[in-house]
Amino acid sequence: MKLYQFVIASVLLFCGAVAAAGPQESPKGPEKESVYAELKKAPEKYRGKANPLANDADAVAAGGLLFEEHCEECHGKEGVGGKKAPSLRAEEVRNSSPGAIFWILSNGVVRKKMPVWSKLPEPERWQLVSYIKSLGTGAPESKSPGKP
Amino acid sequence: MLILSSNPFFLFALRVCFLLLGALAFFAFPLPAYSQENPYIVAYDHNLEEPGSLEVEYFSTFGTQRGGSGFHAYWAELEYGATAWWTTELYLAGQTTFGESTVFTGYRWENRFRPLKNEHLINPILYAEFEDINGADKILKEVEGHDVEADYAVPNALARQEHKHEMEFKLILSSNFKGWNFTQNTIAAKNLSNAPWEFGYALGASRPLAMKGAAHRCNFCRQHFVAGVELYGGLGDRYSFGLHNTSHYLGTGLAWNLPSGWTFRFEPTFGLNDKSHQFLMRWGVSREFSGFGNMVSGMFKGRRE
Repeated sequence: MKLYQFVIASVLLFCGAVAAAGPQESPKGPEKESVYAELKKAPEKYRGKANPLANDADAVAAGGLLFEEHCEECHGKEGVGGKKAPSLRAEEVRNSSPGAIFWILSNGVVRKKMPVWSKLPEPERWQLVSYIKSLGTGAPESKSPGKP
Repeated sequence: MLILSSNPFFLFALRVCFLLLGALAFFAFPLPAYSQENPYIVAYDHNLEEPGSLEVEYFSTFGTQRGGSGFHAYWAELEYGATAWWTTELYLAGQTTFGESTVFTGYRWENRFRPLKNEHLINPILYAEFEDINGADKILKEVEGHDVEADYAVPNALARQEHKHEMEFKLILSSNFKGWNFTQNTIAAKNLSNAPWEFGYALGASRPLAMKGAAHRCNFCRQHFVAGVELYGGLGDRYSFGLHNTSHYLGTGLAWNLPSGWTFRFEPTFGLNDKSHQFLMRWGVSREFSGFGNMVSGMFKGRRE
């Protein structure tokens, strides 16, 4: 294979993969509703699970930092929603049990572009749940997470 | 296959390529993303790239060689999360054999697919790779068939004349349990010329040094370090399956995932029998960028109001 063939083939392969994936945009309309509907698919045993870090004073702050690192890119600053993923301040999320949110984090919604976060240890996922449950429904207060 | 050895222009071009990749990592994308990577160099787990994210990686292996000169093999990877269930990756590899020459050894295109929607105790990933490499390839990204140390003693001038077009398939079975990751890779590879199927394996186990995230920003918190071990080797081929005349390695690794999006990996690796290289020093650096897919899509679509 000649150099130019190699370069062209590589660029085509890579662009093909990117194009095939399509734009990573926010779901709209009925699809948006179905994203929240995933929360209701959590098995009963998860929905009933209590957050083991509910009384951990640091859990929300630590979860906020984890949110910045892993979630903010899609769900927007302080969970207001972004181009790729819905708001986490919606009633559907507020009304979900901590266990259901933990289940979504652990399993993702891979057909709807939400990755699986099982690579984070369970305590870190529960810290994220603590942070998500601490979010209000209105506009976010502009404070950065983490201890000063 | 492009083969250029000891050619000053080629060496210059190779260095420029790596510098360009580095510059890309630094300046091209304003959205570095934190990535939680395991320390494996050879084994794969079931954690795929986040959709739309691009990871630019550079890996390096220094190897000892009995009956020949030591070597430094290196490769660059562009890893892209096409969807939450499909990751695609392009490799460019080269090597320098001390006292001989520097050669470009070829490219690989790999794809990993997650067939199941939900997380299970054991999670399968299907892996398919096309390789267009030459016989001077020394990156040891996988060990399969009867790959042994003596194969790598062939001088570059001869080894590079062998061209390989190969398909490689892996069944990756991986589990995240109580903070640990356990993974097992079964490898089957077929040279597209008339050669038998070759087999290999890779096993890995890893765990972060802390299970909970810290409540303050830090680079050196234990949660950012993941320690692990991996074991890999060949299992012969279709006609002589087994451990006879195969090489095996044990590596102990550490990954440091910085909040800025950089990951560093170190893995001293030891050969486990007299068919293996005695020692390999492997390390890598990578940086993840989110929003790459949107950026490329935006380039072709223009602004939408």
